[in-house]
Amino acid sequence: MKINDLLNHGSEWLRGTGPNSDIVISSRIRLARNLNKLPFPHWANKKQCEQVLNAITEAASRVSLLKQTTVFKLSELDAIDKQFLVERHLMSHDHAQKSEGRAVVVDNEEIVSIMVNEEDHLRMQVMQSGFNLYETWNIGNKIDDLLAIELPYAFLPEWGYLTACPTNTGTGMRGSVMLHLPALVMTRQIDRVLAAIAKLSFNTRGLYGEGTQALGNFFQISNQVSLGHGEDEIIGNINGIIRQIIEQEHQARELMFSKNKALLEDKINRSFGILKSAYIISSQETIELLSLVRLGLDLGLIKHIDRARLNDLFITTQPAHLQKIENKKLTSEERDVKRADIIRKRLGVSNS
Amino acid sequence: MLCDDCGKNPATVHLTEIIDDQMTELHLCEECAHKKSQEIEQNFGLGDLLGGMVDINKAEKDPEAAKIKCPNCGLSYTDFKKIGRLGCGDCYIAFKKYLAPLLKRIHGSSQHMGKTPAKSAMGLKEKIDERDLRNKLQRAIEQEQFEEAARLRDQIKEHEKKAAEENDEDKE
Repeated sequence: MKINDLLNHGSEWLRGTGPNSDIVISSRIRLARNLNKLPFPHWANKKQCEQVLNAITEAASRVSLLKQTTVFKLSELDAIDKQFLVERHLMSHDHAQKSEGRAVVVDNEEIVSIMVNEEDHLRMQVMQSGFNLYETWNIGNKIDDLLAIELPYAFLPEWGYLTACPTNTGTGMRGSVMLHLPALVMTRQIDRVLAAIAKLSFNTRGLYGEGTQALGNFFQISNQVSLGHGEDEIIGNINGIIRQIIEQEHQARELMFSKNKALLEDKINRSFGILKSAYIISSQETIELLSLVRLGLDLGLIKHIDRARLNDLFITTQPAHLQKIENKKLTSEERDVKRADIIRKRLGVSNS
Repeated sequence: MLCDDCGKNPATVHLTEIIDDQMTELHLCEECAHKKSQEIEQNFGLGDLLGGMVDINKAEKDPEAAKIKCPNCGLSYTDFKKIGRLGCGDCYIAFKKYLAPLLKRIHGSSQHMGKTPAKSAMGLKEKIDERDLRNKLQRAIEQEQFEEAARLRDQIKEHEKKAAEENDEDKE
């Protein structure tokens, strides 16, 4: 698979299917693993990084569940390619800043990706549409078992998997669920909800992970604690929290729908109107407006748009995606024009 | 001068904040400054935070701590305090005394309860090895290499015996 092949492919996390997909965008499991004796990436020299890279890519090639994968060496990708993979949630922003001795292994369905030499030697991510953490964990767990045959992991019985940062020690697992919570934001209840989540040792982040703001009413919620609880228990805890948030978002949506329908219809249709008629639009504005149109679709206030087509716009309007589609470098101004162009075409065609 | 934040108490603490090249000056009272410093702490890098956490436990008072180096990768305890990252898996053994309370502070526990690579990998590896051996045995028989077949058969028996023993251990 070549990197451009991904363009013709809908991203798994935006498929818009799976349980509770009106509120839950995607479920993700991340496992951090390191090879015994070898220095962690930040402390390793070039040769050691290469050694880890070779060991992991070789091991992955022997794992039956990873047969349909492609290894992208970061030293062979340009800045747009890297950003493109970040936008598709296949690797982290931090990883994209590096190149020598770094790689990302991507499965052709974009469900599994393995970052090599990010903060840890190996960081596997499994992603599924909708509220599906257990199934996501089962996939990750199986691949992890198979990789463990090939790779000698750094592990201590009392402390579990040993990671570069002690905040990941233990299971090395982070389960996270991406939620779309426009009604909780509009009814100004979101701060209360997020404060409660933080008290229970869960993290909240924005659309693009660590350090990003909650753009377009998207929130990623994940466990903070990785030691002292089994994987199933951690997932059970996350699921419990997520179910409550889903319930609260449902209530907020119903409340707005019954008490303030005109206001809601106004906001949603204005957003739709701007998207259908703008000739210059930033990626931030796009995401914020798409978020409201998505809500309109969920509430049945907007019809005649295909959910997958709408979801696809969240990603194809991102800077690197636009440049990949155009197959050339675009300035920020050129992108804003091109973005508006694509959105008008997509939303217009389906409307007729 | 009164506090910029509450406007009630006299400002005794003067802060300069730089966010996105914009400089702002803040004049705060003792109480608001304390609140503010907690906010700033939350925005600190993880390294600073972990360094701080390590300090809380006795490592700081122990002059030996600064001298400890991981024999495998050469990272010193002082390096760890500065960057907030360990150097390799063996660092966990080298700094065990100081990491135990730190892990407890971070996770509320210092006992792993999750999966282990040995259990998950071992069983699977045995199975895969055994399958390989059986395939080889089949081929040896087909090609009438009976000496090789006898050797492989013994190996498979050995495997089965080991698997049975491990099962017994598990039951105990």
